[in-house]
Amino acid sequence: MYQYDKYDQAMIDQRVAQYRDQTRRYLAGELNEEQFRPLRLQNGLYVQIHAPMLRMAVPYGLMSSTQIRKIADVSRKYDKGYVHFTTRQNFQLNWPALETVPDILAEFASVQMHAIQSSGNCIRNTTSDQLAGVCDGEVEDPRPYGEIIRQWSTFHPEFAYLPRKFKIAIVGNPDDRAATQVHDIGLHLVKNHEGEVGFEVLVGGGLGRTPILGKQIRPFLEKKDLLSYLEAILRVYNRLGRRDNKYKARIKITVREHGINHIRELVEAEWVEIRDQLELDQKEIDRVKGFFTEPEYEVTAAEDDSFAKMQVEDKNFARWVKQNVVAHKKPGYKVAYISLKAPKNPPGDVSAEQLDVIADLADEFNMGEVRSTHTQNLLFSDVKQGDLYALWLRLETEELATPNIDTLTDMICCPGLDFCGLANATSIPLAKEINERFDDLDYLYDLGDLKVKMSGCMNGCAHQSVGHIGILGVDKKGEEWYQFTLGGSSEADASLGQRLGRAIPKDDVVDTVSTLVDTYLELREQDEPFLNTVRRVGVDPFKERVYADN
Amino acid sequence: MQIIKDKEIVEDNWLHLDDEAELAAGNITVSLARWQEQHETLANHESGLGLRLTGADPLEEVVPDLDSFSLIVLDFPAFTDGRCYSFARLLRDRFGYKGEIRAQGDILHDQLFYMTQCGINSFEMANPNRIESALAGFDDFTESYQTTVLKPAPLYRRNR
Repeated sequence: MYQYDKYDQAMIDQRVAQYRDQTRRYLAGELNEEQFRPLRLQNGLYVQIHAPMLRMAVPYGLMSSTQIRKIADVSRKYDKGYVHFTTRQNFQLNWPALETVPDILAEFASVQMHAIQSSGNCIRNTTSDQLAGVCDGEVEDPRPYGEIIRQWSTFHPEFAYLPRKFKIAIVGNPDDRAATQVHDIGLHLVKNHEGEVGFEVLVGGGLGRTPILGKQIRPFLEKKDLLSYLEAILRVYNRLGRRDNKYKARIKITVREHGINHIRELVEAEWVEIRDQLELDQKEIDRVKGFFTEPEYEVTAAEDDSFAKMQVEDKNFARWVKQNVVAHKKPGYKVAYISLKAPKNPPGDVSAEQLDVIADLADEFNMGEVRSTHTQNLLFSDVKQGDLYALWLRLETEELATPNIDTLTDMICCPGLDFCGLANATSIPLAKEINERFDDLDYLYDLGDLKVKMSGCMNGCAHQSVGHIGILGVDKKGEEWYQFTLGGSSEADASLGQRLGRAIPKDDVVDTVSTLVDTYLELREQDEPFLNTVRRVGVDPFKERVYADN
Repeated sequence: MQIIKDKEIVEDNWLHLDDEAELAAGNITVSLARWQEQHETLANHESGLGLRLTGADPLEEVVPDLDSFSLIVLDFPAFTDGRCYSFARLLRDRFGYKGEIRAQGDILHDQLFYMTQCGINSFEMANPNRIESALAGFDDFTESYQTTVLKPAPLYRRNR
C-alpha cells in the first residue's frame, strides 16, 4: 500500500498543527461558531446530538494492521472503545471531546492517517472497489489512481469552498462495487478500441433527497489527462453550481438544470485550456503503481486440501465459506469478508478488542492489510485457502464471522436519530428488530442476494435509494414514519428504487419487510433474485400486499 | 485602514467608490456595472483605477479591459463562497493579469494560504484587529501537491 514520504507526512503534520490552532482560537472566542464550522468540518468533525463525531478518511478503503491497532488504541483512549465504518469506506468516532480532537489527529498522523476533507463542501475521500487488485476481470487496479486523486484533491486551493460536497469513486472492474453511478464523478477504467487503458467519466450522480444516476460526460479519457479533466469539471462546477439553495447545490442539479450536453461543452472548453499544463506524467503513475504491486503469492497455495476437507467436516465453516468468502484471481487464494453485521451489533460498528484481533489476524493471514467496504464490512483480500479454517475459528470467537454477507441482515444503516443531528428517525434499533425477525440463516440464504438499506433522513447516508429494499425515516408531526422503495441498485445495472406507497409507522416496519419478503417468495420464478422479481413484476403486487390490511 | 499586501501589513491607499458616489481623486475602485457604464470617463482617471468583481460577474467579458486596472478586488461575501478562487486563478494563469488581486469580504486567517496559491496577493481582513496574528496563516503549509499560481509544476515533478 502507499507509504508516505517526507512531503506527505509534513503535510498531515502541518494540518494537525493548523487545526490545533483553529481549535484553540475557537475555544478562546477568536472564532465564532459559524467561522469554526467549515474549518472543523474539513477536518471531519461534526457536532452531533450527544457529542461531536469525528470521521477519519480511509483512502480507497485500504488500511494496515498498524493503522487498525491505532484505531483501536485511539477509540479506547479518547472514545468509548468502538468505531463505526461508513458507506464511504471511512470510519467514525462517535464520542470524542472537541478539545481532544487535535491530539487524536496527531495520533492518527503518526500512522499516516488523517481526517482531511472527510466532511464539508470540498472534494471528499475517493472510494473504490474493495476487491481492487484481487478480482478477476479487472481492466487495471484502480487504487494507484485513487492515490493520485487523493493527492491532487488534498488541500486543492481552488476547490476548498465548493457549492456542496463532492465525491469521487473509481473502479477497474465492470462489476461496479463502489456505487460509481451515484457519485458526483464516477471513473471506470476501460480499454478503448486500440487496447489502451483510460477512463470512462460519469458526472452528476448522487443520492440524498434527489437521487440521480450519473451521466457519461466522456467515453474515454487518456490517463495523462486524468487530473486536468477532473480540474476542468471542478472549475466549471465551482463557478456554475448553485449557492442560493443547499438542496440544489450538488453537481447533479447543475447537470440537470443545464443539461449534460451543455456541461460537457463547458468542461471540454475548460479542459482544452489546461490539459497541457496539468498533464499527468507516466513516471508519476509508475511511481505510485510501485506501491500497489502484487504480493509474492505462494505458487503451492492451491495444493492445500484442508480447505475442501474442513468444509465437509464442519458445516458451520462451510456455510461461512459459501456466504462470506469470494474468489481471488490467484489459485489457492481467497477473499474473506469480516461481517460487521452480527445480529446484536449496530451495522458497521466494531469494538477496540475486535480491532486488535483483526490486526493480529491480518498480520498472520493477510500480509498485514485490511480493507473496508462500502457495505460497512471489512475484508481480508489475500488469504491462503489453507488458512481459512484457522482464520474462521478466530473470527467466530470474536463474533466477526456472521455468515450473512449480501443477505437481508447485511443491512446498510446510518447512525440515525440515536446519534446524528440531522436524522428524523431511528435506524439502528430497527435494524436490530429486523435482525431478530430474520434470525434463521437457512431462510436468509433462501432469500438470496437482498440488499436492505435504511437511512434516518433525506440525506440518505445509507444509500436507501439504491437498496433492493430502501427504507427512509421521515418525520411526521413529531412521529417517526418510514418511506419504502423497491428495486434500487448501485451496481453496474444501477437503478433508483421506486416508491412503494405512503409512509409506514415505525411499529409496522418489520412486518412490512416480512410482507415484502413473503410476496417475493410467492412471485419469484425458480432462483430469481429479489431485484429481478421486482423488475419483472413491478412495485404494484408488493404494494397491494403491504397496504391490503388498511 | 490596514491591509495585508504581499505578506506585509500596509496602510491601504485605495477608495472603494459606491456606484452613486461622485468620482474622487486618488486611487479608486469601481464595480463592473459602473465600469461598463462610464468606462470612457474612468479610463482618463489620473490615479490608479481598480475593478471590483463578484463571483456572479461574467469574468470573461472583462478580459479585454484588464490593462486598464492596476487592482482587481474579488468579493467573498461569505468565506464559504469559493467562486472567486477560480477567478483569481483564471486572471493569473489564463489572462496573464499581473496587477494586484485583492480579496475583500469575509476574509479570515484560515483562507490566506489557499488564496495565495490561487494568485491573490492582498487581503482586507474581516477582523482588522487580528491582522497581526493572521500573518501566520501564510505559513500553514510548506508544500502543496497541486500545480498552482505560485507553483507551476506539481509536487511530484518538482521534488519526487
